[in-house]
Amino acid sequence: MSWTTVCKFTDLVADTGVCALHEGQQVAIFLEKSEQKVYAISNHDPIGKANVLSRGLIADVKGVFTVASPLYKQHFVLATGECLEEPEHSVKAFEVRVQDGEVQLANS
Amino acid sequence: MATKQKIIVVGNGMVGHKFIDNLIHHPDYENFEVVTFSEEPRLAYDRVGLSYYFAGKTADDLMLTSGDYYDEHGVRFIVKDKVITIDKAAKTITTASGRVESYDKLVLATGSFPFVPPIPGKDQDHCLVYRTIEDLEAITASSKVSKTGVVVGGGLLGLEAANALTNLGVDTHVVEFAPRLMAVQLDEGGGTLLRNKIENLGVGVHTEKNTKEIVAGETSRYRMNFADGSFLETDMILFSAGIRPQDELARQFDLEIGERGGIVVNDSCQTSDENIYAIGECALWQGRIFGLVAPGYTMAKVAVSHLTGGDEEFKGADMSTKLKLLGIDVASIGDCHGRTEGSLSYTYSDDKAEVYKRLVVSPDNKKIIGAVLVGDVEAYSTMLPMMLEGMDIPGSPEAMILPTTEGAPALGVDALPDSAMICSCHDVTKGDLVEAIQGGCHELGDLKSCTKAGTGCGGCAAMVGQVLNNELGKLGIEVNTDLCEHFEYSRKELFDIVRSKDINTFDELIESHGTGRGCEICKPTIGSMLATKNNEYVLTDDNISLQDTNDIFLGNMQRDGTYSVVPRIAGGEIKPEQLIVLGEIGRDFNLYTKITGGQRIDFFGAQLHELPVIWERLVNAGFETGQAYGKSLRTVKSCVGSTWCRYGMLDSVSMAVNLELRYKGLRSPHKFKMGVSGCTRECAEAQGKDIGVIATDKGWNLYVCGNGGMKPRHADLFASDLDDETLIKYIDRVVMFYCHTADRLQRTSVWMDNLEGGVEYLKEVVIDDKLNIGASLEADMQKVIDTYECEWKATINNPERLKRFAHFINSDATDDNLAYVELRGQEKGRIMTDDERERAAKGEEIIVTEV
Repeated sequence: MSWTTVCKFTDLVADTGVCALHEGQQVAIFLEKSEQKVYAISNHDPIGKANVLSRGLIADVKGVFTVASPLYKQHFVLATGECLEEPEHSVKAFEVRVQDGEVQLANS
Repeated sequence: MATKQKIIVVGNGMVGHKFIDNLIHHPDYENFEVVTFSEEPRLAYDRVGLSYYFAGKTADDLMLTSGDYYDEHGVRFIVKDKVITIDKAAKTITTASGRVESYDKLVLATGSFPFVPPIPGKDQDHCLVYRTIEDLEAITASSKVSKTGVVVGGGLLGLEAANALTNLGVDTHVVEFAPRLMAVQLDEGGGTLLRNKIENLGVGVHTEKNTKEIVAGETSRYRMNFADGSFLETDMILFSAGIRPQDELARQFDLEIGERGGIVVNDSCQTSDENIYAIGECALWQGRIFGLVAPGYTMAKVAVSHLTGGDEEFKGADMSTKLKLLGIDVASIGDCHGRTEGSLSYTYSDDKAEVYKRLVVSPDNKKIIGAVLVGDVEAYSTMLPMMLEGMDIPGSPEAMILPTTEGAPALGVDALPDSAMICSCHDVTKGDLVEAIQGGCHELGDLKSCTKAGTGCGGCAAMVGQVLNNELGKLGIEVNTDLCEHFEYSRKELFDIVRSKDINTFDELIESHGTGRGCEICKPTIGSMLATKNNEYVLTDDNISLQDTNDIFLGNMQRDGTYSVVPRIAGGEIKPEQLIVLGEIGRDFNLYTKITGGQRIDFFGAQLHELPVIWERLVNAGFETGQAYGKSLRTVKSCVGSTWCRYGMLDSVSMAVNLELRYKGLRSPHKFKMGVSGCTRECAEAQGKDIGVIATDKGWNLYVCGNGGMKPRHADLFASDLDDETLIKYIDRVVMFYCHTADRLQRTSVWMDNLEGGVEYLKEVVIDDKLNIGASLEADMQKVIDTYECEWKATINNPERLKRFAHFINSDATDDNLAYVELRGQEKGRIMTDDERERAAKGEEIIVTEV
């Protein structure tokens, strides 16, 4: 598997997200603070139909880390992209890793 | 019924209207036709609340009904026409204008008129009475040319009139025939304390004075000569020496009249003619006139019941009262003089706190039969139902009047029977409340709007809250006030924790008092609380992840993911050069531009990466963030006031600018707005704001907890005729108390509706400082004011933070999901359709089309 660096780990602010352009797609990348783990899902909110998920707030829903859409607050699981309220509107999750201080997304 | 029964109601006062309203809501209303006559130029208004007229309420505010309402229900109404004859045999009436109407049943609700003692000289120009809106207009006019004023009569109405005169800025005196004030309702101890308190307010009190004549004065317009040889000079005289039933019509047309006036009625409120009823203050039942509105309402109910075949009877009424006179709390219950044979009484008096309480109990020491409360009337709401329901006093009687100490027996509402009257303004019993609670009203605000309890004078608001809590407890319904799954505390409890333990980060709080990692509910709530407490920059590493959609980028996210930009325009005041700058920025960034309801300018359609550039230009031109994105002070709307307006009393723009600059930046449970009007015409719509300020000729009137929006609420009058300093002190306290105690996302209007004790309680906290927190509320506010910084200015000077204002972290490209359409000459953003997105992905240019 090949990887593309999208930013430095230090560019991320704990418990918030950023958006990266990867292979023509908008990818929301989050750094969860307690586990210091990085997640990546699609930036497109399929319910609000806008590219905004990276700007959402990280929410712990019964122990599962999600992002609450900044538009209408549906929760998308960071690890899988699943939408908890409307599973038919789940989004794609991307493979992401931190290598040598760099945040990398898997190429397709 | 084949034909409708025709009912004529003579008099459209509070009781006459209540009768009509009860009939309208009766299931058999369709069988009735109603006509009502009013001698006054308007339909029924709140005569009990008449004194609010001096506090800025208009005649319209006081209206209890409207022509539209009567039209809607088929009630015919004729104002300014007096019924002058009754033909009992033909069952017709005739009016002053010659109109003749027939009736099946006639209802006399003619009320009463003020008693003016037959003193020579009583009919002069500035000798007035206090009964109708027209009277108040005359009093206001007279006060403008008078320095001193005398109220004849030291009873309840007299003191209300005295209050009105002092509000009008007249040097006020009260002249009373009896040896003490409120002789009917108060005993000697209570009367003496009340007198002291009133004299301390600068009102002269003259008891045991029998006015012999009113003659021309030497230093003032009139001189009142008293029987004891003394005299008093005054420019105006208000007679408020009691009421007399308006029974002239009944008297002329041979209905039975009491010896000292009043239309005699039986238990069904029928007069000596079975087709004629009399209700309210004109009616005499078992030799008594009832000069309060509640018994009048009961009579209205009884008459409707009798007309519709029901069997309700009037059984007399309790004349207990609780009211605030000249700012002094006074209450009187039952046999307050202890005239009952063998009764015992307990007295508590505290000269320092200016409190007097007397409890009269039955000879067996078990039941309350009367009480006098001056200065502290909290016990009224417990004592009254206990007396009315004949309940045994729990524990020892003296405990009921002694100051509350730890371990004093709690006098629970649980002990009250369902029949106990809780809200006498709206005739709501405990049973009615219990039924509503069982039917699903589990919040105080819901319960109040559903039953109307506590929405009249508000005196029972605390009691309503107690009934609610008690019933919810019994139903086993635990009111879950937990903030969210991570905190088993309400917002208020968390705020107390944060303040008392000086907690300054979310992590600290969740580790010590919560579980898990937090969510979109608790994070912004706690972020806001910390901002209220510390007023730190909201985008620090610790704070940034707590900020919701808007705050995290200091803009209001719109449906397409773009933002709106709103600079502060304090008080709506703006220089032409600043307007030009705004125009240039809107043009240069192609922003859809609109004037907001809060007198400022909103730019729409700014993309994330454009925000810092736009704000840099704004900040450089001297603008600050308007915080339109925050749960914080939005705008202080103003009218031009005395700077330009012909009617302006005070400089409302300067006050609005001061208030906006003072409270800008304060983060609060929800957004809040203010308004300042320069006169009672109220062009700034201040009474629809969380904090409303209206200029009078003597200072500022402060209104609190109003709202426009989805559920409009008129703000409550909180204090009158304040100077600038006191006004600001009160606003500091009210707003900070709201910040400390409201629920998350709770506007002040809902906060107030759910506040146990309502606006009276808030006054006790803010004006009387009963919780002893006034100084700390002010200090907390001062800290926020002293640490204000424009958060956009802070952000454009912070390169690390600015990195986040890009759509992509790894590309200068922008969001390709946005299309624009032209709207009345401006571009309005919208999200691309699926088709457009596909074409855009193929590299096609998306043409903007008209909608």
